[in-house]
Amino acid sequence: MRLTGAQALIKSLEMEGVETVFGLPGGAILPVYDPLLESPIRHILVRHEQGAGHAAEGFAQATGRPGVAIVTSGPAATNIVTAVADAYVDSIPIVVITGQVATTSIGTDAFQETDTTGITMSVTKHNWLITQARDIPRVIAEAFHVATTGRPGPVVVDLPKDVANDTMEWYWPRRLDLPGYQPTVKGHPKMIEQAAALIASAARPVIYAGGGLIRGDASNELRTLVDRAGIPVVTTLMARGVLPDSHPLCLGMPGMHGNFTAVTALQEADLVIALGARFDDRVTGKVDAFAPKARVIHVDIDPAELGKVRRPDVPIVGDVKSVIPEIVRLLPSERRDISAWLTQLNAWREQYPYSYEPAEAGAAIKPQYVVERISALAPVDTIVVSGVGQHQMWASQYFRFESPNTWINSGGLGTMGFAVPAAIGAKAGRPLSTVWVIDGDGCFQMTAQELVTATAERIPIKVAILNNGYLGMVRQWQEMFYEERYSEVFLSPDLPDYVKWAEAMGAVGFRVDQGSEVDPVIEKANQIDDRPVVIDFRVDTFEKVYPMVPAGAPNDDIVLPPHQIRGR
Amino acid sequence: MAERSSNLVPIGSIRPHVGGRHHILSVLVENRAGVLARVSLLFSRRGYNIYSLAVAPTDDERFSRLTIVVDVESVPLEQITKQLHKLINVIKITEIDPADALEYECMLATINAEAGARSKVMELVEIFHGEIIDVSLDRLTVVFALSPEKLDDVEAFLAEFGVIELQRTGRIALSKLPKPARRPKKGKIS
Ligand SMILES: Cc1ncc(C[n+]2csc(CCOP(=O)(O)OP(=O)(O)O)c2C)c(N)n1
Ligand SMILES: [Mg+2]
Repeated sequence: MRLTGAQALIKSLEMEGVETVFGLPGGAILPVYDPLLESPIRHILVRHEQGAGHAAEGFAQATGRPGVAIVTSGPAATNIVTAVADAYVDSIPIVVITGQVATTSIGTDAFQETDTTGITMSVTKHNWLITQARDIPRVIAEAFHVATTGRPGPVVVDLPKDVANDTMEWYWPRRLDLPGYQPTVKGHPKMIEQAAALIASAARPVIYAGGGLIRGDASNELRTLVDRAGIPVVTTLMARGVLPDSHPLCLGMPGMHGNFTAVTALQEADLVIALGARFDDRVTGKVDAFAPKARVIHVDIDPAELGKVRRPDVPIVGDVKSVIPEIVRLLPSERRDISAWLTQLNAWREQYPYSYEPAEAGAAIKPQYVVERISALAPVDTIVVSGVGQHQMWASQYFRFESPNTWINSGGLGTMGFAVPAAIGAKAGRPLSTVWVIDGDGCFQMTAQELVTATAERIPIKVAILNNGYLGMVRQWQEMFYEERYSEVFLSPDLPDYVKWAEAMGAVGFRVDQGSEVDPVIEKANQIDDRPVVIDFRVDTFEKVYPMVPAGAPNDDIVLPPHQIRGR
Repeated sequence: MAERSSNLVPIGSIRPHVGGRHHILSVLVENRAGVLARVSLLFSRRGYNIYSLAVAPTDDERFSRLTIVVDVESVPLEQITKQLHKLINVIKITEIDPADALEYECMLATINAEAGARSKVMELVEIFHGEIIDVSLDRLTVVFALSPEKLDDVEAFLAEFGVIELQRTGRIALSKLPKPARRPKKGKIS
């Protein structure tokens, strides 16, 4: 069967089981958009290519399947680079297909030519420039394989226009020839044995559960380990929901804005069991002072993570989904009694929960309260997507996560503007779930135009803007570390008018400035299922995120909220 | 990458600081477009310095071999090799212990050699097993293939004549072969 390169590309995507792609056409990718008309693949037309990238990320995180974006060359390719970089640090499997000028024009500074493979080389797991039509099925098969196996990540496939127009004899590769790519899945038995022995003998063990458990679909395996070994767990920003917040051994989020117990548990532990976690500086604080009394078991599918930041006592390269059951299998029946440790942790939990001072009558709504209410009123199977800033931390702290893949945020790159398009991707992938965006006013302004996409494509997401009129997180740092010298952080709560803006984009808009209105409006939003909803929550400008470990400080220097310190 | 081509740099400063910090990585890669860019980008992105780099195809046309000399402590070296391994086109990395390596490098140099200096140059070429490969009335171009340390010596000698142009290739290396254990000597003379 003779196909054009473009037809072969679309057919290859179908062979990979792709049902939804996000994109926006242009000159160099035009040939690809033509056979798309005959394909069952749903194309969601975004309003900016960054949105296509984040939507693909949101889709991937909500479904566990790779997200796909198709964009043209030049400015479209550069527009999507932010999302590719975001997917790279958060290990999200996305496949980005970029148009390219004809092979005969490459290198001539042709119209809309950018060196896409060069630009994305350091933010992709791998990328390809296809130079002949017959390579298309092979490269697409390789691209999906590389994106989704081992440590997942983004890949970019750059397709020149003449290659898309050329013809080839269709085939689908039965075998991939990637001699340099063989991820290690099985852990080393000796190391696993050592890990099990260490776990059994530890007095103050803590599981440091990272995003790798979510990417590795290992939440059940984690659950078994926790229940069998009775070990408490901290769930990082990327792993919220991997163990239900309601689980008695779930201590919640560690790190810069983690809760006292989770942070201090790591500091006091004699054994840290890191599963799919990468000792990020937002978790460790000052590395030399992190978990100083602990021995470390580190399980990760990426060998380069072992010893990158902290040298593990027991390094295990492997897939958490396969390694954890092996550890469980080898757990000795005789284990050290850790009840004193659990008692201590529970005492801290009692004494130092996340906490804020409720708003006084008539005063501005507290942002934490809004998150608590969205959480309390959320239908089962709600996915929360957040932007980057204070609201992100409050969302992670105050939303009760009960299952994996229900919390989607930009953790490693901290990309403002992530939330709205990522939520569109999540909702497109899981149309039956309720998708709530918890966004900041600053973040919302970066990619709000994608609500047009949401309306046009009937993707009814719900957006709660925690409108504090500021680039709040930056304001907090200026307040705490720059002597309250506020520089370029004021946005204004009224400009733009979020309600009118939402309406202009075909969404329903609400404004809430009374505490008593919070519940009714959230309930109204939960009822709306035919179009997007935007709620402009006017929240307290001066609220800060606590606890806080100042950047670069040891975790022992955790700063509690003032009212908790007063009560100490 | 260290700059080696200028003859204006005093000899001392272009000598490699090859104490304990010098490592040789022999990297087998797939022969695909952009491989070299991927490897060198990885070094710069992770903040490592390539001291020298030699690239050539292998006997199997699907693969090329890079010989990379890095100067780092051994801990980041582990990071480098692990990160290199993650590149899809990297097949195999062998670290060659400098103490256990046969290192070679090639050098081309054009030097001043007026009639009076010529015999001295020829003597030098002979001692170091080089070759004179081009001649003009007042200049000679010579080639040497030696261990990098010997090459440094040659370079220093050549500087005495006045170097017009000099180019080194960067090192290539192989591990030394295992030797049979030495038998204890009996009294007999063989
Ligand atoms: C693209 C981008 N630019 C700048 C920043 C730096 N930054 C981090 S948080 C933040 C403020 C976000 O403001 P807003 O969305 O209103 O959230 P808030 O902190 O007020 O909740 C900024 C500017 C960033 N993370 N991403
Ligand atoms: Mg704000």
